Amino acid sequence: MSVLPQETTVSPNSSTTAAESRAAKLMKRRSRIRFYEIIVWIAAIAAYFLLPSKMLILTEIAILALFAVSLDLVLGFAGIVSLGHTAFFGLGAYVAGLLALHFIAEPVTGLIVAGIVSGLLGLLTSFLILRGSDLTRLMTTLGIGLMMAEVANQMAWLTGGADGLSGFSPGPILGMFEFDLFGKVGYLYCVDVLFIGTMIMRRIAFSPFGLSLKAIKGNSMRSAMIAVPGRKRIVIAYTIAAVFAGMAGALLTQTTAFVSPDVLAFHRSADVLLVLVIGGTGYLYGGIFGAILFTLVKDWLSVITPQYWMFYIGLLLVILVLIGRDRLSRWVEYLPERLSKKEDR
Amino acid sequence: MSEIVLETRHLVRRFGAFLATNDVSLKVERGARHALIGPNGAGKTTLINLLTGVLPPSEGQVFLEGEDITSMASFRRVKRGLTRTFQINQLFNEFTPLETVALAIAEREGVGHNLWRSIAGYGKVVDEAATLLARFGLASVMGERTVILPYGKQRLLEIALAFASKPRVLLLDEPAAGVPEDERHEVLQIVSDLPADVTVLLIEHDMDLVFSFANRISVLVAGAVFVEGTVAEISTDPRVKAVYLGENA
Repeated sequence: MSVLPQETTVSPNSSTTAAESRAAKLMKRRSRIRFYEIIVWIAAIAAYFLLPSKMLILTEIAILALFAVSLDLVLGFAGIVSLGHTAFFGLGAYVAGLLALHFIAEPVTGLIVAGIVSGLLGLLTSFLILRGSDLTRLMTTLGIGLMMAEVANQMAWLTGGADGLSGFSPGPILGMFEFDLFGKVGYLYCVDVLFIGTMIMRRIAFSPFGLSLKAIKGNSMRSAMIAVPGRKRIVIAYTIAAVFAGMAGALLTQTTAFVSPDVLAFHRSADVLLVLVIGGTGYLYGGIFGAILFTLVKDWLSVITPQYWMFYIGLLLVILVLIGRDRLSRWVEYLPERLSKKEDR
Repeated sequence: MSEIVLETRHLVRRFGAFLATNDVSLKVERGARHALIGPNGAGKTTLINLLTGVLPPSEGQVFLEGEDITSMASFRRVKRGLTRTFQINQLFNEFTPLETVALAIAEREGVGHNLWRSIAGYGKVVDEAATLLARFGLASVMGERTVILPYGKQRLLEIALAFASKPRVLLLDEPAAGVPEDERHEVLQIVSDLPADVTVLLIEHDMDLVFSFANRISVLVAGAVFVEGTVAEISTDPRVKAVYLGENA
């Protein structure tokens, strides 16, 4: 404990200036674009050209990724566990469907409206997750998700009930790009939205707001003692996450021209959590990596064992938990930060 | 000038049948260097928790600069200039010291809610954080994760973090505990160097530190104020000696 270096008592002025410039560098380095980020987006574009027959599964991945990235904002940053995140996904899906059916078929409009409506639900329900422990939050969010599913089921006159919502076809994106039969436009549309959404959340992540969310997660008592208004921050983060989850739902509706009651099913909330467990939390790209792995593994398993693939997903989850969540959420740190040799920290 | 900045009236806190704080009425003047001493389990930390809103009192009131803050949220009290350190470090393990202190400064400056600008863009905040860390001898480790720092460094960060909020009333819960011997004096010197109008309430077991630092002392025993007075009065009070000897014998 007493092995502190003696360098701590240098002449004050020069050391202060040195400290300031070092601090500025360190802070800038925090938000620097990482090597893996560039790879992700290059791969997303490359896939469009290299895998023209896989557009549907790639679209599925992009949608799940946006959904997972939005959950990471509350789980990985604010530390709020949720088993009902699909309430926002499903609401966005229905809003986009209803809008296309009754009012405007233009997808971007539908996307934005779905995001706003889901965000409103997020704002309203955020007050329910402010109190209590992780367990109460799990139960509350689970309850909200189940209630939404039941509402959609009961309001068959509006939502089509168990039959789902169909009979609409999304118009050309911004009036210019028509959805094609192979899903190529749909994929590019989803990747664009995922890219913009991730960039927005990335900005938030490196802002003082994003840092304060991590402080709340890290030690809520201390965060209050440095004047972080915890409840307000959680409300805002939860609302933003709901907006993007709703947009992910809208993307599903628009690329499939159908809303199944399944968009509000519990398994979606569980899946998206699993995605984050696989990809790691607290750095947003975990949602993307997780979505890729989860969807590919699920697809592969459902081909080789159509009836028991759920078992293997469960087994995977058990193995992941045994390896340890901590190590998992940090695996990204072993990736090189940039192409050149790693600098000293 | 004897303006009262921090006051409690008949403060009571029960944990079940146990009376942790028993009818404490305390007045702390602006600029005071007020020490809170007492044997283990006397309720010193509980009192700090009540003052800072970590715990709600069972009865009684807390006033900050004449305003009733009894049911005010902790973060609002900090915004009003009341902050503290913890006896057991309460830090953000995954943060670097730089991030930790920069966030506290950003919140103090009211920019913590900004979700669009990178924190690196707040040059003044980052500079101030660096200067503060350098003052506490933490400049060399400001980019490390807090959790891997040696305990002594974490302790210094704990205190630096309270300074980052620029408190008008600072509550120090055994700040020197765990600070290496040779740096203890330095820590207390930084605290002593605070502007004269900053009020400090100090919990400390090291009596030499208390007697050299404080100008007023309250002795807490079994949750209640046993005796209060100047350093001279307390250091010669036979009852205080008895309480401490009785506890230590």
